[in-house]
Amino acid sequence: MTAKLLEALVAIVGARHVRTAPAERRTYARDGLPLQRVPGVVVLPGNRDELVAVVRLLAAHGLPFVPRGAGTGLSGGALADASAALVVLTRLNRIVSIDPTNRVAVVEPGVVNARLSTAAAPLGLQYSPDPSSQTACTIGGNVAENAGGPHCLKYGVTSNHVLALEVVLADGRVVQLGSPGGEPWGPDLVGLFVGSEGNFGIATRIAVRLHPLPRAVRTLLADFASLRSAGEGVSAVIASGIVPAALEMMDRSCINAVEDSVYAAGYPRDAAAVLLVELDGGAEAAVAAEATTVAGLLSTHGARSIRTASDAAERERLWQGRKKAFGAMGRLSRDLVVQDAVVPRSALPDVLETIGRIAATYQLTVSNVFHAGDGNLHPNISFDSRVPGLKARVDAASTEIMEACIAVGGTITGEHGVGLDKLRFMPLIFDGDSLAAMRAVRRVWDPEERVNPGKVVPVHACREWSQARNVERGTRNASADVRSDFRVPTSALDT
Amino acid sequence: MSLLERVRALLGDDAVEIAGGPDAVPRVAPASPDAVALLLGTAREEGWHVRLEGAGTWLPADAPADLALTTRRLDRVPAIEPQDLSATAEAGIGCDLLRQQLADRGTWLALDPPGLAGRTLGSVVATATAGPLRQGFGAVRDHILGVTFVTGDGRLVQSGGRVVKNVAGYDLTKLEAGGFGAFGVIVLVHLRLRALPRADQTFVLAGTREDLTQVAEDIVAAGLQPAALELMSPALARREGWALAVRLAGSAALVAAQEAGLRGASGGRFTALRADEAHGFWMRAAESVATRPVTFRIGGLPDSSDELLDLLQHQVGDEWVSASPAVGAIRWAGDTTVDRLRRLRRTLAGLEVPLTLERAPWPMRSAVGHFGAYREGVGPLVASLRRTFDPGEAFVVAVEGSE
Repeated sequence: MTAKLLEALVAIVGARHVRTAPAERRTYARDGLPLQRVPGVVVLPGNRDELVAVVRLLAAHGLPFVPRGAGTGLSGGALADASAALVVLTRLNRIVSIDPTNRVAVVEPGVVNARLSTAAAPLGLQYSPDPSSQTACTIGGNVAENAGGPHCLKYGVTSNHVLALEVVLADGRVVQLGSPGGEPWGPDLVGLFVGSEGNFGIATRIAVRLHPLPRAVRTLLADFASLRSAGEGVSAVIASGIVPAALEMMDRSCINAVEDSVYAAGYPRDAAAVLLVELDGGAEAAVAAEATTVAGLLSTHGARSIRTASDAAERERLWQGRKKAFGAMGRLSRDLVVQDAVVPRSALPDVLETIGRIAATYQLTVSNVFHAGDGNLHPNISFDSRVPGLKARVDAASTEIMEACIAVGGTITGEHGVGLDKLRFMPLIFDGDSLAAMRAVRRVWDPEERVNPGKVVPVHACREWSQARNVERGTRNASADVRSDFRVPTSALDT
Repeated sequence: MSLLERVRALLGDDAVEIAGGPDAVPRVAPASPDAVALLLGTAREEGWHVRLEGAGTWLPADAPADLALTTRRLDRVPAIEPQDLSATAEAGIGCDLLRQQLADRGTWLALDPPGLAGRTLGSVVATATAGPLRQGFGAVRDHILGVTFVTGDGRLVQSGGRVVKNVAGYDLTKLEAGGFGAFGVIVLVHLRLRALPRADQTFVLAGTREDLTQVAEDIVAAGLQPAALELMSPALARREGWALAVRLAGSAALVAAQEAGLRGASGGRFTALRADEAHGFWMRAAESVATRPVTFRIGGLPDSSDELLDLLQHQVGDEWVSASPAVGAIRWAGDTTVDRLRRLRRTLAGLEVPLTLERAPWPMRSAVGHFGAYREGVGPLVASLRRTFDPGEAFVVAVEGSE
């Protein structure tokens, strides 16, 4: 970073909001992935105008940059190396408006997910996507990753909730995507932008759809003597046509980690698995009837017992255990690898058994806590990276688990994103032309590939694509241009 | 070698049929996604201009081109997975045939697009034409888990997958759904399904537009979540006055509870249709749209629906109108002129409401464009995306229009 650039950054956002000291930069060296990258400089714009000015300055200097929200992402998407600037968006945290009539909210990217629902609740509304990190993660980060959460089974993921976006592109141009009512204005560029992991630019304003708070809720906890029967219970509920608000599974290892922690929810410790099922809706009678049907299906498929939360406090406690399960697993070991594959729901029983076999083969502790209703697995491998040879075993087991999920028609990530973590798996599910198409689309938005370089698309695996016609205003070939020394890790643990 | 000889050599004699229409453009029906790729790769080399067709029942087959590529032989349904509520279908399958195959397996694609029953799946996805079920189940894009498409220079590209949750790579599926074929021809679609609803009831109330608009607001305020809540003009509903049609679908308990809620919110004024009446009601409304020469959709905020309907009435008439007021989506059908359409689009743009031209004869499509002008800064992105996916400008698609 040149002194001239740093001075210009200070002139835009003030000295307090440009972090250059090594200790300050190290604060931002991690997100939720066990990787460490220290950014060249950290800049925290305080409003949209400052953000746009910062992006334009970085463009003028040809400097790569990485947008970052709360840094809770699990795929390394918010990591920047020494050659890049980290643009932290947490100060853009205003809820610009909430329109209860049209059920629309407009927010800045740094607004914390749960804060929006809290603000909307007095109006009888909620923002439905609820990642487990919702008390910390930002809506801007949710848009970048197309974040999910337990209640996305019924209400849809982030992409289903974003109506319109204001975006600052890598070159500093500001564009308006979509329309206030959510109808695409031309091709669906809002849909294309959501989940682009920061590669297409930075959303400066986000219009999202809100939903009415459900008037009736039932939360059930069913426990099973085997993972297979729990998986079969999931399939039975899905095939019945009833769409639960959430349908989550935790295995014994996860249950005991939760029960040993301050988040103990009273889950049965001897169960092989529990299902947490929530039904909600606008009418008490309908929700009650659906809950009865679901309980019947789970009993038929081997549930040993089914407990219904009797009040809001018990419901809260059951959910607290689920949402804090990742934190609770910190008790099991020093390090944790979180996977995010998705499989067809009917494949859950077989895949869970396969994961169990892989864990046994490699003598590793794998805990499962996941969105069973979506088939979105989160096998968590607990380990201590200081033990010689253990990292290699974890890595091999991770790869085998991923391959098993792909073999049954699944995908490598359901909600955490590719980032750096899953780059190496992309060629397992996309061929060279499809990867090249993605890269070409990225270069439509960011011809120099300066925003969040080195993420999502493994460039080495792309087939050649006629790029020359694609680049505007005479930008040169990007691969020669990108000033980033990002390495593609061969493993998530390759620190 | 002539174009026809070249195509026959590539794909075989049975892939080529000569159009009987006045333009006599050769129609080519590749039998596999690879054959589509082969054809378009050759089109790129030869500089052929290609128009895309499905069953030929929605967009008029009138765009000037060297050849027409029809997906009608891509009509297989490789997978229906009732346990996963997903299916994979080729783009040329007719929606009616697909619906039947899905129903046989207890599943349902919750889309009720306008047009004739035999419209192809690819046509519905490429034009993103949702119907009244958009109220309860969302836009076309919300039903698509992934697509395989072929670019204008003959590359097969996959996006998404066949699982219900997926963030691997950029979501190119969103570009294809509603891209009108400008970014590739869709050959395979992975669908999100619902279980066939155990109960499915339609209720209709006739009256003045003002009165029905209020009733629709009351229904939303009561917290009901109907599958469809559609305000329809008299001609479309085949009623004396305007009609508000409510469709409730789901488990028996859910529909019973919603029906009670509907009675409460409306003072019991709705008439329930028998199953056969309901089927006929929705099908006729969908088909009637396709009998008019021009169709477009607009999308605004829900509370602007009434104002937007007034605007349509004033500028282009409102004989054939269908609106989901709680979503803010309106579909218009009828006959109009290029000038009127342009003026309407300009007026709507001032209200931040996009107008998408869904169907019209080629002279109007090419003059007005499916999308027309974009918001500031978006035009260069779209142009660049088009160059990315159709570098030789093989696809004849009127995206922007000539204004």
